[in-house]
Amino acid sequence: MKAGKVKAQGEEGLRQSMSWLHTWAGLIFGWVLFAMFLTGSLAFFRPEITHWMQPEIQVKPAPAVQSVEVAQRYLAEHAPDAKRWFITPPSNREPLILLLYQAPKPKPGERGFVRVKLDPANGQAVTGRETRGGDFFYRFHFELETAFPWGRWLASIAGMFMLVAIISGIITHKKIFTDFFTFRPRKGGQRAWMDGHNVLSVLGLPFHLMITFSGLVLFMVMLMPAGIKAVYENPRQYTDDVFKSFKVTPPLNQPAPLIQIAPLVEQAQQQWQGRVGRVTVNNPGDAGATVTLTRASSDAVSYGVLAPWKRFDGVTGKLLEGQDTLGATASTAGTITGLHLGLFAEPLLRWFYFLVSLAGTGMVGTGLVLWIAKRRQKARPQDTREAFSLRLVDGLNAGTIAGVVFGVAAFFLANRLLPVDLPGRQLWESRAFFSAWALSLVYAFLFQHRKWQDLLAIAAAALALVPVVNALTTSRHLGVSLPEGDWVMAGFDLTCLASAVLFAWMSRKAARARRLPAKAPAKAPAQASIKAPAKASTKAAAAASPAQAAPNAAVYEPRGDTP
Amino acid sequence: MMRYRMAVFSRALAAILGGYALASAAAACLAVWLPMGRADAVTTAQMLSFVVYACGVIWVFATRNAWRAWGGILVPTLLLGGLFLAGRAMGAA
Repeated sequence: MKAGKVKAQGEEGLRQSMSWLHTWAGLIFGWVLFAMFLTGSLAFFRPEITHWMQPEIQVKPAPAVQSVEVAQRYLAEHAPDAKRWFITPPSNREPLILLLYQAPKPKPGERGFVRVKLDPANGQAVTGRETRGGDFFYRFHFELETAFPWGRWLASIAGMFMLVAIISGIITHKKIFTDFFTFRPRKGGQRAWMDGHNVLSVLGLPFHLMITFSGLVLFMVMLMPAGIKAVYENPRQYTDDVFKSFKVTPPLNQPAPLIQIAPLVEQAQQQWQGRVGRVTVNNPGDAGATVTLTRASSDAVSYGVLAPWKRFDGVTGKLLEGQDTLGATASTAGTITGLHLGLFAEPLLRWFYFLVSLAGTGMVGTGLVLWIAKRRQKARPQDTREAFSLRLVDGLNAGTIAGVVFGVAAFFLANRLLPVDLPGRQLWESRAFFSAWALSLVYAFLFQHRKWQDLLAIAAAALALVPVVNALTTSRHLGVSLPEGDWVMAGFDLTCLASAVLFAWMSRKAARARRLPAKAPAKAPAQASIKAPAKASTKAAAAASPAQAAPNAAVYEPRGDTP
Repeated sequence: MMRYRMAVFSRALAAILGGYALASAAAACLAVWLPMGRADAVTTAQMLSFVVYACGVIWVFATRNAWRAWGGILVPTLLLGGLFLAGRAMGAA
């Protein structure tokens, strides 16, 4: 720890101080970042995960025009008094029509939003088992399941630390290009972990930088109010200026029939040569009704948050206003945020997104392990405080790296095993995730020596059980999904299996590394066993596993827990 | 050891709070001065402010002593803040 930054002189001094900054900026929020990276990677498959988690829903998508007609019929019948309607027509990834409407008189303390999913074929509401599906990972990724706005702030602060860690990491490794081709597994220990960490980081560096920076940009209205306050009276005016399509138009309080929306959709789609991704109706049934069509966010990279839109009079159908193209600044900001959301990505690119994001998860994981690996080598036997901090970080590492993965598997298992009509079912699914993580942390601190080996094995077993339990509880298991070419269901199960194999293998490596020093107390065997795990971390990122962090005990476990 | 800790604490403070002040001042200044529409200027200013923040943090930890660390944050903050106030006064006039 004393290898400090204080006497920074010249280039060496700069690299030393940046190395210090990289180490600590990375460590402080490392565990949060690991969970954020992993859940964020999963969130790229948000609709697909939801699909897997509601296997009783089997629907075919329908064209937008026809779906909007179906949706309007449903809403006119079930929510004629609503203040606003939101209709999301089906897409290739989400075959259901998603409806959201704001009830006119919500109960006190509630905003009164009602969500409905429609089958586009018959216009009936579809109800599957109660689950948050992929939304759980999506939300956790930036809210950490903490009350608004604290979770978002915490996630953003972690993101800022990540940005600093990445930049200082780049400065530290001035020979970043040569380092990328340096992999010395045979040198063992710290070297191997270092090289693995470098490969994972440099491999996806443009992605890691982009995803971290764009994550901050997504929340910049909340994070950096100074820019808005400088020229606006309040932030609302700015968001109204930027997100014009979301403007809430006032009612006239005179009843008037709403125009048929479907022809407007058809007309807009023809003009855009693209898809309508959202229909917003303000004050349906009122003379002041407006219909706003927004282009699908998957139509272009920059449409993730800001897409072209048109607003029509809801009674006459006259075009009131709209933007078919966005300005240079809006396109730039749109591209940055759109790259983060990845909604534009077609299947192949989406898998690349997933994999490189897992490499990012591995980068955080190997970085956390490296913190220990470096210190274990230098640790003095008498320093009890250092022993404590090593034990603390090591426990948090094992409990988080294996624990979050176990949590994800427990979440999926709970989805299949909880009774379908259990009240508050979706809460129990989230509880399964957090209990599994918490139990792993407890275990990591109770069983110092066995923790890596056991926790990795538990995570592997839980992951392997997911497709098994799926086969026992549904009729859409691998035996059915593979022959049918149902790649959402099959891909999910296969990814779980691949991750299980990876974790089982890492657990075995950890176990072998733990046993070896008993036979040969010298450092050599322990180090020899390192080469594979470190290599694993890179290969793991290339494999389609949601859990590749290579959190292996091999490096330091042989030396015991008390340095 | 105590002194070392205080030095780290001081720099962390300069980086986290000072850096945020610097980024805010930069955002405000750019929002006023950038020759763009109001909303566009704010958007650009806010995106750039995170770059400024990161550079500020790097400066704090890269520089030789605590005086330079704090000075390198506070002087530009005051400068940008002053430019912002001047710009707003001119805009209001």
